[in-house]
Amino acid sequence: MRKQLVIYLMSEPETPDLARAAVDGGADIIELGFPFSDPLADGPVIRRAGERALKRGMRTRQCMDVLAQTRALVGDTPLVPMTYSALLEAYGWERFAADIASAGATSMIVSDLPAGERAEVRRVQLVAPTSTDERIRLAGEQTDGWLYLVTVTGTTGARGELSPALAGLVERTRRLVDVPIYAGFGISTPAHARAAAELADGIAVGTRAVEVAEDGPNALREYVASLREALEAVAV
Amino acid sequence: MTEVFGAYGGRYVPETLIPALDELERGWREALADDAFHAELHHLATTYAGRPTPLTLAERFAPGKRIYLKREDLLHTGAHKLNNALGQAVLARRLGKQRIVAETGAGQHGVATATVCARFGLDCVVYMGEEDMRRQKPNVERMRLLGAEVRAVDFGTKTLKEATSEAIRDWITNVETTHYLIGSCVGPAPYPELVAELQSVIGREAREQLLAVEDRLPEAVVACVGGGSNAIGIFHGFVEDEDVRLVGVEAAGAASLGTGRPGVLHGARSSILADEDGQVADAHSISAGLDYPGVGPEHAYLRDIGRAEYLGATDDEALTAFRDLARTEGIIPALEPAHALARARELDAELILVGLSGRGDKDLAEALAHLT
Repeated sequence: MRKQLVIYLMSEPETPDLARAAVDGGADIIELGFPFSDPLADGPVIRRAGERALKRGMRTRQCMDVLAQTRALVGDTPLVPMTYSALLEAYGWERFAADIASAGATSMIVSDLPAGERAEVRRVQLVAPTSTDERIRLAGEQTDGWLYLVTVTGTTGARGELSPALAGLVERTRRLVDVPIYAGFGISTPAHARAAAELADGIAVGTRAVEVAEDGPNALREYVASLREALEAVAV
Repeated sequence: MTEVFGAYGGRYVPETLIPALDELERGWREALADDAFHAELHHLATTYAGRPTPLTLAERFAPGKRIYLKREDLLHTGAHKLNNALGQAVLARRLGKQRIVAETGAGQHGVATATVCARFGLDCVVYMGEEDMRRQKPNVERMRLLGAEVRAVDFGTKTLKEATSEAIRDWITNVETTHYLIGSCVGPAPYPELVAELQSVIGREAREQLLAVEDRLPEAVVACVGGGSNAIGIFHGFVEDEDVRLVGVEAAGAASLGTGRPGVLHGARSSILADEDGQVADAHSISAGLDYPGVGPEHAYLRDIGRAEYLGATDDEALTAFRDLARTEGIIPALEPAHALARARELDAELILVGLSGRGDKDLAEALAHLT
């Protein structure tokens, strides 16, 4: 399988078209942010994107509508809502999972619900540089399809250099679990993408994608294509 | 789920923090089982902080009742917050952490944290909302004098809620070197339990002192509730005494327990002010320390099982009690416990213990602007 490219977009009325553009540019998976008022795992760019989305009325139901509209535009590209426990708590944990599935979601990510908590909620689990071997194993057992490797101890956001912790974390994770691992947090340039994909099975880009999406679908498609091209240069 | 208090509590935080919370929990259990830890805390409490704090009968404030004030306003730095800050600083040193990060609303917890960091030579960063920096300026100046770096939080509500989120983000980023010295009985497990234990000295002392002067237990214990640490500390002294009413008083515009719903905020499931989608609502209070849309999960549990009751007090009621206590007893309370005083004096009980959690110097500008 080719190196997977995961693109994060905040759910807003324009998002279905942006997601289509990202897929045209070479994205394999789209994460759809469902905004929360107090996003602990997010840096300023995604926090502000969430604040704006909330001001525009993007509540849980509206986000599910965006998800369904996106599904109609992107064929069978996996769509993964990414949000916080507070939304599921308010909506009902099981009902949330059922309703996003009906709207076309493939899985979901809950940024503040670590492995081991509410194991019945199927989702893509995250591991971090601070995770113990025991926790990486647990996350690997419970994860839905692939594992999200947080490359830095920190919040979401673009960084100058790719995290030096990534190589060790990928190596440790591979030893412990047998699922595809995609690296995210702090990956923003084609050079980062290529370096991260040399190690992991895929990469996730959020902050920079959210920024570029401000300039519309064409800009996003070109940006995603530049990441795709960098990934293609990596021998599989 | 690591739920600690019935259906409340837990650890709703990014994976990055889980190992640190495990480490903290282990370190905390070891400290609790270590006589040397208790001896060090006791030594600091008596030689540095000013414990035990006295109990004062407020005869003129509430004629016809016997209202006793537990005088945490006389503790070093002027509020109960130091009990928790000292305990966590000792714990942080045991864990080998050299950097402390904290949030503050009214600034009392920030000052207490800056104080213990100065005392132990720890690096200290305090996050504070811009709105709170404006209304609690003297505390900002005190923190800076004590050597802390105060970082302004200029987005969202610009108050305690956002300051707490930023402190947690800092901790996520610097978790290897940093201890998060949370200021109230909120946050992911084990913080609510840890803070309650460190504050329970208030209730233990007060129970002993009241029995010594009255030879009986109070009919009611009344304390203000923002995050709820001073209330949980004083309640813990009486929670086993089933005949003693436990009364928490929230700001009417920030009544997480009175008008909130179950939700997740800052790492725990509790009762919070939120809309039907789980988005956290803005709280309002004249008192920066109560201006918070969440509350400690143990309070939500005590409410649900009927062990404690929670009432509200408006800004005006608190301001009136603030002025009345100053004029009748010569004690200027913080605006936070002024909420408790407002409800206590009209409570259907005669012998009442009130947690006077802090002194009011920090509130003079804000209170006088509203009183004149």
